[in-house]
Amino acid sequence: MPDLFELEIATPERLLARVPATEAQIPAANGYLGILPGHSPLLAELGTGEMSYTAAGRTRHLVVGGGWVEVTGDRVRVLATTAEDADEIDEARAEAALKRATERLSRPDLGVDSARALNAMRRAQARLEVKKRLRGGK
Amino acid sequence: MPSLIDLRRRIRSVKNTQQITKAMKMVAAAKLRRAQERVVAARPYAGMLQQMLANVAVAAGGDERVGRHPLLAVREPKRIQLILLTADRGLAGAFNSNLNKAAQRFLEEHASSEVRLEAIGRKGRDFFRRRGAAISGEHIGISQKFTYADAAKIAGAVIERYSSGEIDAVYLLYNEFKSVIAQKLTVSQVLPVPLPESAEAVDYIFEQPPDQLLGTLLPRYVEIEVYRAMLESGAAEHAARMTAMDAASSNAADVIEKLTLYMNRVRQASITREIIEVVSGAAALE
Repeated sequence: MPDLFELEIATPERLLARVPATEAQIPAANGYLGILPGHSPLLAELGTGEMSYTAAGRTRHLVVGGGWVEVTGDRVRVLATTAEDADEIDEARAEAALKRATERLSRPDLGVDSARALNAMRRAQARLEVKKRLRGGK
Repeated sequence: MPSLIDLRRRIRSVKNTQQITKAMKMVAAAKLRRAQERVVAARPYAGMLQQMLANVAVAAGGDERVGRHPLLAVREPKRIQLILLTADRGLAGAFNSNLNKAAQRFLEEHASSEVRLEAIGRKGRDFFRRRGAAISGEHIGISQKFTYADAAKIAGAVIERYSSGEIDAVYLLYNEFKSVIAQKLTVSQVLPVPLPESAEAVDYIFEQPPDQLLGTLLPRYVEIEVYRAMLESGAAEHAARMTAMDAASSNAADVIEKLTLYMNRVRQASITREIIEVVSGAAALE
């Protein structure tokens, strides 16, 4: 059994990672997927949340939102609609986004797209969580 | 014969023009580099998405619900939507006129159907508005600075029109960026989605049923096609402008050289004439 798999993470605008990884935690729409080398071929929709992977002994964290994940043989592809590295997260912006989304959700009379607001809220929450955890770990 | 002063004035004016074209060339070069980076950055996702779509289509081949997806429905193309990508500005050589000519040819070839234009870029819109063509939508001023979300919005509107049966086919017409000196006019069909072929059939575990996955993959695929066309067109525009401005700068240099030579001849001639006048005047006095 191979002990590595090729992990590719991309958004429409850029490629975030193309590395040989040893494991990955991916937030699929129906719950987290833990992927190790030799996983069976799989296709799933991607949810919103934190994903992490370990490559060359280092674990990296990202926040992804929407898209698909495909596992084929020794390759894992994450096609995310949005994705950002933990270092790139702007905490102030995430907090503002969370506040805005919560406000929108609490006032359904405004005729807002509640699915969109919910998504925005989840994304903001995931960003803040990742930041908090990484700070705590240091 | 023009006077010396006139010639000097003309040389100065050509020099000014040359400075402008040189500056425009540099600006285009800088913008081209950035545009090229974006094209390259967007490639992996587009490639992977295409492959994934092909794999899903093959894996779900037996499922008859898949073939009934609205974005795959092939209808007789009575009403065609042409998305025409041009630049907002000129001074880019034949960049815009090639596109407009190709679009006109497209209209002639599809004269039996009703073609509506979605114009991205001012030059295409102006050209066809003057000719009274049917324009369903225009997007001006975004070709300089656009994000994926802009492309998705344009694609979304087209997808909606297609799904509702308002239009029967959608084509993109744009300049593909080949190299700095070459652009390639490209017409590509976006809807109905031509399903890419896949050689390998992967036996997936599907977390969601294939037709549901396809239902989200297909619109994304259309968005990506539009996004990619916009990126290519943007890079091609800057490349075309750079080449055009480079040619203009060297033309200006040629003109300056010729004018300078002429000016020197004129000056020499007037000096000679003055000497003759002085000499013959002196001779007449003797």
